[in-house]
Amino acid sequence: MGILSSSIARKVAMALSALFLIFFLLMHVTINLISVCSAETFNMVSHFMGTNPIIQFVMQPVLIFGVVFHFVLGFVLEIKNRKAVGIKYAKNNGAANSTWTSRNMIYSGLVILAFIVLHFIDFWFPEINTKYILGDMSGLHDGEFRYYHELVEKFHSPIRVGAYVVAFVLLALHLLHGFQSAFQSMGMNNKYSKCVKNFGKWYAILIPLLFIFIALFHHFNH
Amino acid sequence: MNLTLKIWRQKGPDVKGKLVDYKVNDISEHMSFLEMMDVLNEQLVNSGDEPVAFDHDCREGICGMCSLYINGEAHGPDRAITTCQLHMRSFKDGDTIYIEPWRAAAFPVIKDLVVDRMAFERIQQAGGFVSVNTSGNTQDANSLPISKHAADEAMDAAACIGCGACVATCKNSSAMLFVGAKVSQYALLPQGQVEAADRVKNMVAQMDLEGFGNCTNTGACEIECPKGISLSNIARMNREYLSASLKG
Amino acid sequence: MSVLDSKVPKGPIKDKWTTYKDKINLVNPANKRNIDIIVVGTGLAGGSAAATLAEQGYNVKAFCYQDSPRRAHSIAAQGGINAAKNYMGDGDSNYRLFYDTVKGGDYRSREANVHRLAEVSGNIIDQCVAQGVPFARDYGGLLDNRSFGGVLVSRTFYAKGQTGQQLLLGAYSAMNRQIARGKIEMFNRHEMLDVVKVDGKARGIITRNLITGEIERHSAHAVVIATGGYGNVYFLSTNAMGSNATAAWKIHKKGAYFANPCFTQIHPTCIPRSGDYQSKLTLMSESLRNDGRIWVPANIDDAKAIQKGKLKPTEIAEENRDYYLERRYPAFGNLVPRDVASRAAKERCDEGYGVNATGEAVYLDFAAAIERYGKEQAKIHGHHDASKEKITELGEGVIEEKYGNLFQMYEKIVAENPYKTPMMIYPATHYTMGGVWVDYNLMTTVPGLYCIGEANFSDHGANRLGASALMQGLADGYFVLPYTIGDYLSDDIRTGKIPTNSPEFDAVEKEVTERINFFMNNKGTKSVDHFHKRLGKVMWNKVGMARNATHLNEAMAEIKAIREEFWKEVKVPGDANEMNLELEKAGRVADFLELGELFAKDALDRNESCGGHYREESVVTEGEQKGEALRNDEEFAYVSAWEYKGEPSDAVLHKEHLEFKDIELKQRSYK
Repeated sequence: MGILSSSIARKVAMALSALFLIFFLLMHVTINLISVCSAETFNMVSHFMGTNPIIQFVMQPVLIFGVVFHFVLGFVLEIKNRKAVGIKYAKNNGAANSTWTSRNMIYSGLVILAFIVLHFIDFWFPEINTKYILGDMSGLHDGEFRYYHELVEKFHSPIRVGAYVVAFVLLALHLLHGFQSAFQSMGMNNKYSKCVKNFGKWYAILIPLLFIFIALFHHFNH
Repeated sequence: MNLTLKIWRQKGPDVKGKLVDYKVNDISEHMSFLEMMDVLNEQLVNSGDEPVAFDHDCREGICGMCSLYINGEAHGPDRAITTCQLHMRSFKDGDTIYIEPWRAAAFPVIKDLVVDRMAFERIQQAGGFVSVNTSGNTQDANSLPISKHAADEAMDAAACIGCGACVATCKNSSAMLFVGAKVSQYALLPQGQVEAADRVKNMVAQMDLEGFGNCTNTGACEIECPKGISLSNIARMNREYLSASLKG
Repeated sequence: MSVLDSKVPKGPIKDKWTTYKDKINLVNPANKRNIDIIVVGTGLAGGSAAATLAEQGYNVKAFCYQDSPRRAHSIAAQGGINAAKNYMGDGDSNYRLFYDTVKGGDYRSREANVHRLAEVSGNIIDQCVAQGVPFARDYGGLLDNRSFGGVLVSRTFYAKGQTGQQLLLGAYSAMNRQIARGKIEMFNRHEMLDVVKVDGKARGIITRNLITGEIERHSAHAVVIATGGYGNVYFLSTNAMGSNATAAWKIHKKGAYFANPCFTQIHPTCIPRSGDYQSKLTLMSESLRNDGRIWVPANIDDAKAIQKGKLKPTEIAEENRDYYLERRYPAFGNLVPRDVASRAAKERCDEGYGVNATGEAVYLDFAAAIERYGKEQAKIHGHHDASKEKITELGEGVIEEKYGNLFQMYEKIVAENPYKTPMMIYPATHYTMGGVWVDYNLMTTVPGLYCIGEANFSDHGANRLGASALMQGLADGYFVLPYTIGDYLSDDIRTGKIPTNSPEFDAVEKEVTERINFFMNNKGTKSVDHFHKRLGKVMWNKVGMARNATHLNEAMAEIKAIREEFWKEVKVPGDANEMNLELEKAGRVADFLELGELFAKDALDRNESCGGHYREESVVTEGEQKGEALRNDEEFAYVSAWEYKGEPSDAVLHKEHLEFKDIELKQRSYK
């Protein structure tokens, strides 16, 4: 894997892609929050994001690469680590020395991956279809911007909302370990580490909570 | 107290092993864990069976030889001690105790509870030293002042006894705490800084070659380390490695 | 004229080593490549020797029974390492270190060797700092020193309470560098089982691979034994479980004389035995005696009640306590040397005043120190009417800062809080000053066979001072042997590789294999430990802290009887061709059973009290010093070097007379 042939390089790469995705989450939740305040502004921002060539052809591929990279590397690491373990203990008391979240990043990650697939089916594929296959770049449906409407539509189903909530709870758990872990991986361990840790905890809880809030808001308000 | 022991028995490196049940009776709470194992072995020898092989030597927590995974934890349930310092008062009458060898692909079992830790040796040989001749004709020891803070921190890292509990306890069998401690000790001291970049690259390369897993920062190693080696040593190694790699 | 030639160079003591180094033969670098050296044991002495010899260009083969050189028992040394650096400006010098060591050893060491040790001591510190050993430093960034028992200056360098560990890791790192360069071939988990002599010279060893059980032959132009002391002859000691005398004893049987076996150091402050299952004893640093007061109950009834667990030490009033060291030795009090403190504890316990269930323990009490420090702190912080609780709290803080890690270790082992109730301590075997006889070159009586570190009879005479063992091990390995061995090897540059298919190797391998086969086939009924424990009891009771002719004669007979029974009744399960820990132990105990008898024989011969060796027959009979040890320089100012002749009781004594030209002989007094 060239540059990723060393364990430390891999863990730094994992950390960097994680920090990138953590930042993306902030952006995403900000835009989604607009939908709670104003349908009009939300439509405007969505249209801008959906049609601006820099976002569409530069940032979007970077994001997709980041997501895929983080997942693929995560799987590669998991496989390598399992191989490094060999025979398992008959009795292992992991809870004695580490958190559940830190030991189960692969499972929280898998749930998030499943959610992303759902998310793509819900939004991204139809979006690509409309814009680049059917060639309709107007963002209009029946003369109005379609984005807000589509959003609300998706949150009708209680099953989807339920899945959404579960996924974000697991995202919270993933972030609880992942946030501070990324900094440790990049070699940060000094007097600011405690600060980063605390900030990470708040971030890990707040961001997913906001996503959940938005979903529930639309589910119950329409 | 009377105890049931579930001990991993394995005749040799290439033989399949299994957990075997043993009973030991009238164990005093003042015994050390290994003295309890001595009682069991005496019992086995007297009945014509083969005693359980386990590594141990100094029995005062410093040589790093003893290495048992007891009831799901490296060096047993107590903190900041090695297996030889664990005493039976940590257990209750009637307890069942699981005793397993360190598990890691890089630490193959030699016999019963004895594992091969040569991988650690090879990592040390890859760079765990300062390349100075042992002629004694170095400069005077006090010609190089070193801040007390750096010396103390280096000492904390150097306290590692190389037992391998960090690897054994890590869900990924990662050796980063062990390697990080050695890299840190030298990185913190001016004597070690001269060849710091090569050292960290070589030691990490050897660590990877040995088949240890990747660190995912669960922090279990720090908790189970009998000498309390801090995770900050791993962070320092990551830093050292990054800067060494970026410099080329 | 003795057959022993110490080969001490002529000239004034200060110049001996320098002049000697200038004149010895050297081996040129191109020839060193053709010379092999075997080093057995990888503690401070063996590790440092292997690294230095490899660096000089010799091909080194190093052996240790542990899974890594880093685990050698040097690692357990706590306190520190002496060096005459005089960084503190308190009047230290090479001469003073030399003087202290000879005096501390009760004038039973060889002057020239000790002076050389003092001369190179400073270099050791330079060397270790260059290697990255994290010695303690002061706020100015310079090295810190502490003081140790028996001396008037601060010359002890330390790395927390783990000095031995850090020095060993330094030597280990130097070895690793040479292993990586291919100059040391390292054999972990290999035990030396015998030495091979060709034409009277040591040319190789026979080892057993402890993983596969394979018997291997290794040849070399010289063999260095650095396998530590024989304290485990007592079964219970502060040594590691695997520490053994096999290499030293095997070379003794092949012609190396064994010197002063009866010089053994019993350390006064160890955690007492708690029961028969006890496998080893743990040392508590000597530094504790700076603040702890040692006592036992003054009334035998109180002692009995304590032994039965019916009374607590804190319930005994001040006037009912016997601070016996302060009583007997008002000048030095609790800080008398190790041997004196140990014997005094034994005397009280023998009289029935011991303070645990086994009756073999005395108290080391910090209550007075806690109160003293507490009051001091209260004054410093301006608490003029501090409560008793506040004073105790402040005092405990000071004690924790000084001895926190030791107190914690004690609490882990004994499960009692030493801040609240006095510690229990008892003497335990710790270090053996005796060992293989070597000349000034550290060569034994077998040409080409060297012995360094604790394994040789060394520089410590009849008693070793604190923080001197580390110094001697590293001095031998880094700075002495690498010079002196060259002088011998300069004759071997044309010898070529030593073949291992010679009849000499065949014969020794056969001996080794036969012995292993004997163990495997013997239909005995008793475990190896059974015999080891019995040997230990005899040694402790009759060749322990206080010895007399009757007991020593009995001990010799009893050890012989145990040995004979051992060979009939020992049982070794398992297979010889695999890892077999019982087989390893059997071989080691067999050697201890011989060494123990020679030990008693030597103690019997030396009818004087000196250092760690105390003969009840040789005490001061009147005056202020009544009852104290009495050295007899007229008759016993010699090193006893024993030649093997079959049975240990048949060993022949050779005397190396000790001359003290630079130091006046004095009787020690601590009253």
